Amino acid sequence: MNTNSNTYTIIYTTVLVVVVAAILAIVSSLLKPRQIANVELEQMKSIMLAANIGEVDGQPDKTAKYDELFNSHITSTYVLNEKGEKSDVATENFKESKAFKADLKSQFNAIKNGGELTLPVYEATLDNGEQVKIFPCYGAGLWGAIWGYLAVKADNKTIQGAIFAHASETPGLGGEIASPWFYNQFDTKVLESDGQFASVKIVKGGANGNPNGVDAISGASITSRSLQTAIAQWMDFYKAILTASVESIPAMGLIPVEEAAEAQEAENNESVNAQ
Amino acid sequence: MLNKMDKDIYKKPLFKGNPITVLVLGICSSLAVTVQLKGALVMALSVTLVTAFSSLFISLLRNTIPNRVRIIVQLVVVALFVILIDQVLKAFSYDTSKMLSVYIGLIITNCIIMGRIEAFALGNKPWPSFVDGMFNGLGYGIILVIVATVRELLGSGTLLGFRIIPESWYVQNGGFYMNNGLMILPPMALILLGCVVWVHRTIDKDLQEK
Repeated sequence: MNTNSNTYTIIYTTVLVVVVAAILAIVSSLLKPRQIANVELEQMKSIMLAANIGEVDGQPDKTAKYDELFNSHITSTYVLNEKGEKSDVATENFKESKAFKADLKSQFNAIKNGGELTLPVYEATLDNGEQVKIFPCYGAGLWGAIWGYLAVKADNKTIQGAIFAHASETPGLGGEIASPWFYNQFDTKVLESDGQFASVKIVKGGANGNPNGVDAISGASITSRSLQTAIAQWMDFYKAILTASVESIPAMGLIPVEEAAEAQEAENNESVNAQ
Repeated sequence: MLNKMDKDIYKKPLFKGNPITVLVLGICSSLAVTVQLKGALVMALSVTLVTAFSSLFISLLRNTIPNRVRIIVQLVVVALFVILIDQVLKAFSYDTSKMLSVYIGLIITNCIIMGRIEAFALGNKPWPSFVDGMFNGLGYGIILVIVATVRELLGSGTLLGFRIIPESWYVQNGGFYMNNGLMILPPMALILLGCVVWVHRTIDKDLQEK
């Protein structure tokens, strides 16, 4: 047989490609459920490690059953729209909740282009009874996506913990955002500057007495700056529930009751007008 | 099953014809995945499986492959095995898959595989081709493991994630020891690889260029 004829070549390559594609399709559909489960587990793990749940001495506990921990520590999940309004509150079956299913990448695109938002928020109770809110963030690093979770304590400004991950930052440089020495710096930082709400600053020597600053990574200025931007962009929307809920607790004495009521009224009017 | 001449098939790639240190193939991934021993072992195993099975398949098909499209046909077969390994790792060893990230997919472009198929599998029977592919993968793996052992031990003080250098030796715990940060950066892998080539050529003088 002439293996160099055009007909033979075309038939040969077609058959080969169809066979290979069939094998890959079968294997892919067989392994898909396991792969999705792995990705979900990873997401649950990140959410909890941000709030220091399931950690031993600041390191992930290798033996922890993260899906059990997730269901026993998370108390509710919901999504925020671009006006900072809550919706889709889930108090059980969190893995199926809208917040958990939300795709951070498409949210990031919506933030950039001003579309409709469904920003996920998780609320959890720690082992010591403390309430925390966990906020995801997502942005563009130097080479690819960077994302992470930031947990904020019940006072709505002190950071309980943070965790970050990246798709393809340089190992040893930008990739260090995923290392404990870097994200553990966020613990106990305050989302406040001069009494105003402020996102975290990631700057050279940022930790020097700056309550909302952490040290940038040397040799990875662009990744550090991108992470700062990513957190700030997302915090801009989360600010709505972080600052609003502080004001709505007059007992804390932050705002005189009358003013708070006025503010509340103004807010109600605004939301009526918006409708 | 292998006669005397065939013994070269598995002896050569491990030492005298090592794909990395002598043929200088597959350097890129050997720099990228040798920060930790675990990653290096999985990578070595993956490359060994891919070279062995794609050599076997190409050798089985060798008389039917149209000559003009043989590189494409080889690529399709290699890609099939690489994607299978990638999918299996994602399903059963997610952490390793994350650690190796793009480098599993990049096995497709590993010069060793295409090199062995072109140079050996296309002209030899399936069994010797399989053995040749496997031992070339192992030859690659040996170097990966050597470099990764040094890098993980000196760079992180652990091996396969287990602590080898006691915590109490470290400066922050009042000791005298510090991890060598240079070890975890890619340039150090190249320097270590250079050292391996140097040792290799010192042992086997035949390899030295005149």
